[in-house]
Amino acid sequence: MADVDANAVSPRRTVRKASTKTVVVYSLMAAAIVIVPFIFQAVVGYAFLVRILVIVGIWVLLALGLNIVVGYAGLLDLGYIAFYAMGAYAGVILGQIVSPVLGGFTYWAMLIPAALAGAATGIALGFPVLRLRGDYLAIVTLGFGEIVRILLNNDFLGLSNGATGLPKASEVLTAPWPSVWLQDHIRFETPFGPFVFGPNMFWYFVVLGLIIVTIIVINRLDDSRLGRAWVAMRENEVAAASVGVNIRTQKLWAFSLGALSGGIAGVTFAYVQQFISPESFTFMESVFVVCIVVLGGMGSIPGVIVGALVIQGVPALIQGLAVAGVVDLPGEALSAITGYRFLVFGLLMVVMMAVRPQGMIPSKRRAMELHPSDDRTLEQEDTTMWDIENRDIGPGEM
Amino acid sequence: MSYLIEQTINGITLGGLYALIALGYTLVYGILLMINFAHAELFMIGGYVGLFWLKVLGDPAIAEKFPFLEPIQAFFANGTFGFAMLMVAVFALSAIVVGILGMIIERFAYRPLRHAPRLAPLISAIGVSIFLQNAILLWVSSKQLPYTRADGTAFVGTETAFTVAGVSVSTMQIFIIGTSLLLMFALDTFVSRTRMGRAMRATSQDRDAAGLMGVDINYVIALTFFIGPALGAVAGIFNGMYYGSVKYNMGFIPGIKAFTAAVIGGIGNLRGAMLGGFLLGIVESLASGFISNAYRDVIAFIVLVLVLIFRPGGLLGEAVAEKV
Repeated sequence: MADVDANAVSPRRTVRKASTKTVVVYSLMAAAIVIVPFIFQAVVGYAFLVRILVIVGIWVLLALGLNIVVGYAGLLDLGYIAFYAMGAYAGVILGQIVSPVLGGFTYWAMLIPAALAGAATGIALGFPVLRLRGDYLAIVTLGFGEIVRILLNNDFLGLSNGATGLPKASEVLTAPWPSVWLQDHIRFETPFGPFVFGPNMFWYFVVLGLIIVTIIVINRLDDSRLGRAWVAMRENEVAAASVGVNIRTQKLWAFSLGALSGGIAGVTFAYVQQFISPESFTFMESVFVVCIVVLGGMGSIPGVIVGALVIQGVPALIQGLAVAGVVDLPGEALSAITGYRFLVFGLLMVVMMAVRPQGMIPSKRRAMELHPSDDRTLEQEDTTMWDIENRDIGPGEM
Repeated sequence: MSYLIEQTINGITLGGLYALIALGYTLVYGILLMINFAHAELFMIGGYVGLFWLKVLGDPAIAEKFPFLEPIQAFFANGTFGFAMLMVAVFALSAIVVGILGMIIERFAYRPLRHAPRLAPLISAIGVSIFLQNAILLWVSSKQLPYTRADGTAFVGTETAFTVAGVSVSTMQIFIIGTSLLLMFALDTFVSRTRMGRAMRATSQDRDAAGLMGVDINYVIALTFFIGPALGAVAGIFNGMYYGSVKYNMGFIPGIKAFTAAVIGGIGNLRGAMLGGFLLGIVESLASGFISNAYRDVIAFIVLVLVLIFRPGGLLGEAVAEKV
C-alpha cells in the first residue's frame, strides 16, 4: 500500500526510476565514451579519429544550443552561426589582450565573455525581431547571420583582421592550462603503440564536459516553468498568451540561451582550431546546424547527438580514413563524397519533412505535434466530454 | 548630380530584376503562406537554362556537332529581326523549362506538406534550395560560366545607347527595364482581369472556400508555381547578361534581396512587390555609390530588418492580425 501512496504523491519519481537494464546500458555507454578515445589515440595511425570526435563534439554543442531555439521554443533561426562567430571572435580578440596575464587560463577565462557575447548578440537581435512571425524570423536571422559575416570579412572597426582571420600572423593562441602538462606527463607504451595524452585528447574531454553540462542545464530547463512555457508557446502561441505566458520574454530567453551556448561552442572551436576566419561562419554552416537538429529530431537531445554524428561525423570519418590510407579511396571518389554530401543533405531534408518530420530519434511530444492528423490524436480530439461521460471510455481508448 | 542620376538608373535596372524575382515570392506567399526558399535557386537555374538555349540556338560550334540546328541558327542569325526572335525564343523556352521545374518541386516537396505545421514546408524548401545549388555545382560547373557570344562580346549592348544631361544609358538597361515592366503589366492584368486570375485571388483569400466554389486548388497552386519561377528565370537570364557570367551560388544574395523587396511592398501583394523591388534597387544602388560598396548587402539586410520591425505589413500591405 505504501507504494501506491508514494505513486500518488509524486508520479514522476516512479517514472524516473531506472531499471537494471537501463543502468547497465548507460554505464556501458559511459565507459565506451571515456575509453574509446584512448584506444584511438594509442593505435598508430588512428589518432586523427580523436580529432574528428572533438570537431563532432563542437557540432553537438552547437546543435544542442540551436535545439533550444528550434526544438523547444519552435523558432527557426537560420543565422545561428552568427552567435558562434561572436563567441569565437570575442574569445580570441579579448583572449589575445589578457593572455600575457592569464597565460594558460586564457581559454577558461574566455568562456565567460564568449558566452556573454553570444547571449548579448542574441538579446540585441531578439529584442526587435522576436515579435515577427515564424517565417519572417527565419529570414531576418538569416540576414543577420550574413551581416555578421560581411562585417567580419570587411575588418569591421579594425577588430577582426578581415578575411585573413585571427590570430594575426605573428601571434598564437595560448594552449589552455593542463594540456601541456598532460602531454608531458601522461605517456606510456601500449600493445598497439605509444600513447601520448595530446591536445586532441585534452580537447575531447573538455568538449565532453561542456556537452554534459549543457545537457544537464537543458534537462533542468525542460522541467522548469520556462520549459513548460516553451511547450505551450510552440503548440499554440495565442492560447499560451491567453493563459498568461509572456510570449516575448519566453522567446527572448530561448533565443539568448541558445545564443549563449553558441558563444561557448564558438570560443572552444577557436581554441581547438587555433585559428578563425569568416570562412568558418557562412550560411552553409547555419544550414548544417539546422540540418542536424531537424534530422536528429527537434527537441530531442539523443536525436541531436546522433544527428551531429551522422552529418558531421560520417563524412569526416570517410575523409579521415582515406587520408590516413586506412581505406583505399581514389581521390575522385573522395572529392565526390565531400561534394555529394550537401546534395544528399538537401534531399534528406525534403524527404524527412514528408516522411518523418519528427526526426531520427524524436522527442515524443514533438512527434505528436508534427503529426496532427495521426489517427490516435484525431481519435482523442474526436472524443468529446459527452463521450467520456456517457460511454465511459477514456480519450484515446477507442 | 549626374552621378546621382546614373546611380538611380542603375538602381532601377537592378530594381527590375529584384521585382521580377520578388513576384515569385509574393505569388507563392499569397496563396500558400510559405516562403519558397528555393525560388532563389530557380532564378539561378534560369540563368543556366538561358545560357543553354542561347548556345543551342545561336552558337555555331554547337551546330557543327548537331547539323540539324544549322537552319534554325541561320534563321536567328539573320539581322536584327532574327536577333529579336532569338531573344524571344530564349526567354520563352527558359521560362517554360524553369516553370515546369517549379511545378515539379511543388508537387514533390511542398504538396505533401500542405497541412503540416508551418516550419515543415520552410525546412523542405531549404532542402530543395541546397539540393538545386549543389546539383548545378556537381553536374554543370563549379566555376563561373561566361555569359557572352562565342567571340566574347555581350549579347545585348552594354555600350551607351544615348546620353541625357551627361548621363549615359545602355541598351541593356533599357532592355531590362522595358521587359520587366512589360511582364509585370502582363501579370497584373492576368491576375486582376482573367478568370484564372480570379481563381488565384480567391484561393489566396480562402483556400477551402475557393475549393467549395469549384476552383481547382491544385491547378491554381501548380500554376502559381509555374508563373513565379518563369519570371524568376527571365530575371536569371537578365542577370547573366547584365553581369556577363553565371555561377552556381549567384541566387542566394539576389534571392534574399528580392524577398526583402516583397516584404517592403507587403508580401502577398503583387504591386507591392514591384514597388518594393524598384525601391530596394534604388536604395541599394545609391548606398553603394555614396556610402560604401563593401556594405551594399548589409544595407539591404538592414532595410529588411527595419521594415519588418516598423512596418511588418509592408508599404502596400494591410496589417493582418494573427489568425486564431
